[in-house]
Amino acid sequence: MLTSILIVIFLAALIGIILGISSIKFKVEGDPIIDKIDSILPQTQCGQCGFPGCKPYATAIANGAADINQCPPGGDEGIHKLADLLGVEYKPLNAEHGEPKPKSVAVIDEKTCIGCTLCIQACPVDAILGSAKHMHTIIEKECTGCELCLPPCPVDCIDMTPIEENAENWKWKYPVYKIDKSSERRVS
Amino acid sequence: MKVFEKIFKFNGGIQAKTKKNISTTSPIKQFGLPSKIILPLRQHIGKLAKLKVSVGDHVLKGQLIAEADGNVSAAIHAPTSGKVLSIEKQLIPHPSGLPDFCVEIEPDGKDKWVQIKPTNWKKIDLEKVNKLLLSSGIVGLGGAAFPTHLKLNHGKAENSLKTLIINAAECEPYITCDDMLMREKTNELILGIKLVHEILGVEESVIGIEDNKTVAINLLTKAIENEKNIFLKIVPTIYPSGDAKRLIYLLKGIKIPKSQRSSDYGIQMFNVATIIAIYRFLEFGEPSISRIVTITGNLRSPRNYEVLLGTPLKEIIDAAGGQVIKNNTFIMGGPMMGFKLPSINVPVTKAMNCIISSEPDMVEEKKPVLPCIRCARCAEACPVQLQPQELFWFSKSKQLEKAEEYNLFDCIECGCCSYVCPSNIPLVQYYRFAKSEIIEERQEQEQANIARERNEFRILRLEREKQERAERNALRREQSSNEDKTKLIEEKRKAIADALKRIEAGGEEQ
Repeated sequence: MLTSILIVIFLAALIGIILGISSIKFKVEGDPIIDKIDSILPQTQCGQCGFPGCKPYATAIANGAADINQCPPGGDEGIHKLADLLGVEYKPLNAEHGEPKPKSVAVIDEKTCIGCTLCIQACPVDAILGSAKHMHTIIEKECTGCELCLPPCPVDCIDMTPIEENAENWKWKYPVYKIDKSSERRVS
Repeated sequence: MKVFEKIFKFNGGIQAKTKKNISTTSPIKQFGLPSKIILPLRQHIGKLAKLKVSVGDHVLKGQLIAEADGNVSAAIHAPTSGKVLSIEKQLIPHPSGLPDFCVEIEPDGKDKWVQIKPTNWKKIDLEKVNKLLLSSGIVGLGGAAFPTHLKLNHGKAENSLKTLIINAAECEPYITCDDMLMREKTNELILGIKLVHEILGVEESVIGIEDNKTVAINLLTKAIENEKNIFLKIVPTIYPSGDAKRLIYLLKGIKIPKSQRSSDYGIQMFNVATIIAIYRFLEFGEPSISRIVTITGNLRSPRNYEVLLGTPLKEIIDAAGGQVIKNNTFIMGGPMMGFKLPSINVPVTKAMNCIISSEPDMVEEKKPVLPCIRCARCAEACPVQLQPQELFWFSKSKQLEKAEEYNLFDCIECGCCSYVCPSNIPLVQYYRFAKSEIIEERQEQEQANIARERNEFRILRLEREKQERAERNALRREQSSNEDKTKLIEEKRKAIADALKRIEAGGEEQ
């Protein structure tokens, strides 16, 4: 009787120690669900969701403070992925937060730019280069197309240009072929 | 030559009508100077070449037009002497049918060479040969256009390469440019093989050739009679024996696993035309400015032409007599893996090994596409031993992750599955679509990661700046004692009082 109690106590203590050590050693930094949500978000940092960036929005989703359908750049696909991850029902994009647009980059009209640095301060990813009273320019590769630089510009010299399809970014299309035989006759 | 060495057989593959004799009856013809040269800057896998000329420049034959941008890129040289007319977007032979940057040259008819000098490749080390090749513009001429210098990276330095394989299989129907090259430039090919053999420091060189090229086999057998380290291995005519991994298996019995390269197994492979290009560059200093193109199919006089890169395809088609049955449909590459050209108004590029003028049965989509009946004939035909019917299902329903799980990226797009499909499903088109989607998704993810990093750093920076400012202010506040402060306030009050006095005095004067 006593030995069995002792064995149980010993086992409990041993497991307790192992659990204790592993909880220190394998401690997970940060909240993994926030990171998972954040990795689905498109990282445009545009704030259309009503939060100041993708990470805050991810945090809000994780805390239940925001819905999954507030990110226009992520589009339908993003909402589906979030719904899958969180195990909730899919919802169509909330139109209050804007419509999905084709991927664009900002372009500064360098003749008009007065060098006020306001856009530089607004850019969430430091993709604008320039200094006071000198022309600014956008590092195209780093621009996420968030449009946050548009409102602060006092001379309205920034335009959003959609990224055009070219031989480099071209993709194979989904196969489309005729099923109706009669329509094929007309080809020749 | 060892006769006892056996040929290993890979799974699947197809035996289609080769139709090679259409273009092998007449010898290779020099096309000569075209009326204009249009050189696309994108002729290879990798980064766009960096321009080195401007509009109005006079260039000489062999002069550098654009240099390689980084390591994964290839240089472009002027194929003849003349004037640079324009640098703008023009139609290129690309499945997208989209225009891309091209340099247009008006030949002056003199065809004057820039000074070229042979390299003393015997005396310099592999690294230097590599650097030279980077400037040669030579890419894999079998059709993939992979920069050749990258393939020499695993050479002598690691002393790991044992076998050089010369890919002379040319397994796709219709294409005969390598066959004709081997027939007409046998000696040059052997010299080239010896050269690459020595540069790489390999123990043996093996030419892998399909058994339907009897003339070339006879010539090569005679040519290597006295060579100790060059072997000829004849493989059966089963498509796609010319695929790198399939040919390695056929010749050596080695299966290269996914995500590994043949060089990890001591094997490096070059196409016959590439070997000759390397030879001509290292021995004579000639950069990559021309290639052999098979012009075949539904034409009056199909044959092989040696053409300058940038020659308008239309001029070559006209020289070949034009189409017998007009349908204006042309395929670049073979009928299995090639693609329909958007237009005939495109220039010849380094990747253009064959142009097929479509025969009537290739154009009309006579056979309607039917549903998949899961007969699994595609699985039997797949030389990579994938499950094409599953890949089709996942690609069609856009379950891209699933498709990837079923090794979509191991698919070599050889088209055997589409060929045998009794329902006429364009399977490869689905795989290409799925691959494109996945690649784009990956790129987007990468860009998002960079954006996240930059955003996080910016937030960190703003935070740090704020903190530093607060610290500075606190320090200043601390430094200035109360005494100083009262003194400062008194000084300011005095200044204000003085100013007021001045104003009063000024007012009286008025």
